[in-house]
Order: sequence, then structure tokens, then C-alpha cells
Amino acid sequence: MDYLGLFNYWVFIVLMMCGFYMLLSARNLVKKVIGLNLFQTSVFVFYISTGKVDGGAVPIATDGVDVYSNPLPHVLILTAIVVGVASTALGLALILRIKDEYGSIEEDEVDLQDALS
Amino acid sequence: MTIAVAAVRTKNLFEAAMLFGIFSLVSASFFVVLDAVDVAMTEAAVGAGVSTILMLSTLAVTGFKVRPRPVQRDILGIGVSVLLGGALVYGTLDMPRIGDPTAPVQTHPIAEHYIDVSPTETGIPNMVTPLLASYRGYDTFGETAVVFTAGIGVLALIGRRRRRDGTPVESCEGTDAMGDRHRVLRVVGKQVIPAILLYACYIQAHGDFGPGGGFQAGVVFASGLMLYMLLVGIDEAERVIKPKVLERLIALGLLLYGGTGLLNIIQGGAFLDYRTMAHDAVHGLHYGILAVELGVGITVTAVITTIIFTFAGHMRSRQKALPGEANAAADGGAS
Repeated sequence: MDYLGLFNYWVFIVLMMCGFYMLLSARNLVKKVIGLNLFQTSVFVFYISTGKVDGGAVPIATDGVDVYSNPLPHVLILTAIVVGVASTALGLALILRIKDEYGSIEEDEVDLQDALS
Repeated sequence: MTIAVAAVRTKNLFEAAMLFGIFSLVSASFFVVLDAVDVAMTEAAVGAGVSTILMLSTLAVTGFKVRPRPVQRDILGIGVSVLLGGALVYGTLDMPRIGDPTAPVQTHPIAEHYIDVSPTETGIPNMVTPLLASYRGYDTFGETAVVFTAGIGVLALIGRRRRRDGTPVESCEGTDAMGDRHRVLRVVGKQVIPAILLYACYIQAHGDFGPGGGFQAGVVFASGLMLYMLLVGIDEAERVIKPKVLERLIALGLLLYGGTGLLNIIQGGAFLDYRTMAHDAVHGLHYGILAVELGVGITVTAVITTIIFTFAGHMRSRQKALPGEANAAADGGAS
């Protein structure tokens, strides 16, 4: 069995889990957002890698080229990246508002203040 | 991968944000290796440029340090991550090898249609563009609407609330200081900006033939404007690019997209069926794709620029509280 061809997937999985762990364990909200982005980017890389064909060319039709990589994952990820940055911005804006209201962006401090009030 | 681990470990948020920018840039070059040039262009502009700046400007307000706390391993977090990772690795054992031409992704009839038929059917060599704007036009319309909503959301959360309160907007303190300290940066940057903006217009208009299109052009254009904002300061930038105009443009882009669809209905086709737009189906398709891509480009540019300006404006309103850190963020982003 050819495990070398799967190695790239494992790299994405490790990256994704780094992001996931960061999302779960970080108490700082900005770190959570960075973790979410890490997770997201590794999913992007995974998607793009499924579209790759050995010896395939960039999906722009040219004379004399027969094999192209699959353009469909490219389109999906293209829009996903831009939507991703927009939602990241929304998340960061929420963090700024939380900072305004609570004076902290540490999750447990915010929770504590909520419990006290 | 090392970068990612370092980003998880570091306690300094500034480092984490910069490491994330580097990670994005690396993954952008990875996209080029995997033949996804359109995606690489977007990721380079968005990941390494826009989102890093956004994170830094957030950090400028919230502070760069994670509050020190006793070292504790989050056993549950590690456990869940490892478990999920293990399950995913187990799942990959059945997956096709990378680059396998017989993988289901490649042999599915729709992939063959997009690759073999679309260049002749639409007359557009770049397969990504018609796929984005025409075959999956509804999807892209939805995505543009999401970007639009996010822009509105940011404005609603941290928008120009203060000005409506009647509190005077603080004047350009601190922005000129930056120009004095970084004259070389400023002069060189100003020379680069027209090239960036021109390049953005090129990839907007040339998306049919080379890599490019509305999303790519939008983010590149926005990062050009962002560079301008970093160089001359937010006040100066807002004088040149009026936030009100940007807010109109956000809506205009989406209206252009939807309006094209409605025009198609009026002309007797389905929503976003561009073939009705000209006497010849292929020409109609070209006009439609150009109009839609322009709409996407306008919305994306306007939303991202608005978001950046809003963050910068928020940062400025807090600059009194944290003057050193705000400047540090601007320096870090520009260098």
C-alpha cells in the first residue's frame, strides 16, 4: 500500500488539529480566532490538494495541454477564502466590542464578570 | 507545520498573528504547486495581508499579551483533538492518493464537463471564471451576499457610532510622526500603490483569459488601499476614500450582481441566465460574466476596505489609551 500518497492528508490533519486544539483550549479570544483560521486554512489546502492531477496543468485552456487539474475545488475555496476573511473580521469586531464592554478578552474573566453581575 | 505549532505555543499574541500571516503565505505558495493559481493569489492577499492587519489592529486595542496563568494542559482538549485526528487519519486510508487521475473527484462527469466542455461552450479559456460566475452563479451570489452581510455586521458592531454621539473625531495625531520616521518606506510604498491598483484592475478585466476575477481583484485592490492607509494614516486615507462612498459601493456591487440576474429574467431567461443578454449566446455569457465579476469585485473591495478602515478608526479612537501599542501595530504591519 502506498502510504506516501496519503502523507499530505496527514499533514493537513495535524495542522487542522493544531487549530482545533487552539480553538478548544485557548482562553484568549484572539487566539481562538487565530486557531479557527488555522483550521480553516488547512481545510482549504486539503480541498485544493484533492483537485490536483499528476502532470496536470493550471486550469486555463491552452493548446497542446490535455490534462488539467480540477477547477471545481479552486472555485469553492476561492469564495471560501474571501468569506473566511469577512467572517474573521466579524469575529474580531465582536472581540473589540467585548473588550469595550468587559475590559478583557480572556474568556474566563468575561464569564466571571457575567456570573457576578 | 512548525509554524503552526509555534503559533499554538506562543503566549505573545503579536507573534501568533505574524506567524499566522507567514503560515498563510506558505500555504499560498503551496496552492501554486497544486495548480490553483487563482486561489493562491487570493490567499496571498487575504491571509498574509488583510487578515494579519486586522488581527494586529485588534491587538493594538486589546493588548499583545495573553494573561499569564499557571501552566496547565487542557487534557480534554488534547484528548478530543487527538481522537478526532486519529479518526480522520483512519478515514484517509480509503482516500485516493494525491494526484491520482482516477480519483472520484477527477472522474465525476461534472468535472469532465467543466474541463472539456466549458472552454468551448463559453469561449473562455480560464475554467475557473465561468465556473465561478456562470455554472455556479447562484452559489457565488450567495457568497457575495455573505461578504456583504459581514461588512454590514462589522459596521454595526464597531462602526462610526462615536461620531453620531457628537464626540469629535480626533485629528491626525501620530500619523505624521510615522511619515517622519519611515520616510523611505513611505516614498517607496507610494510608488508601489499605483502598480498594485493597476494590477488589480488588470486581473479584474482579464479574469476570462488568465488567472483572476472579481474576488482576486477585490482583495488585491483592497490591500493596495490598505497599504495607502498604513502609510498616510487613517484620517488622510478617509479624506481620499470617503467611507460613505465605500458604504454605497458595498450595496452597489451586490445590486449589480442581482440586477444582472433580474435583467436576464426580464429578457425572458432564467435568473442569471446570461445567454439572453446579447443576440449571440456566447457573447451574452461574456457580458454577463463580466458584469457579475465587476459586481463581485466592487463588493469585495468595498467590504474589505470598509472593514479595515473601521478597525483603524476604532483603533484611533482608542489611541489615547494605548499610544505605544497602536503605533507598534502600524509599524509591524507595514514592515
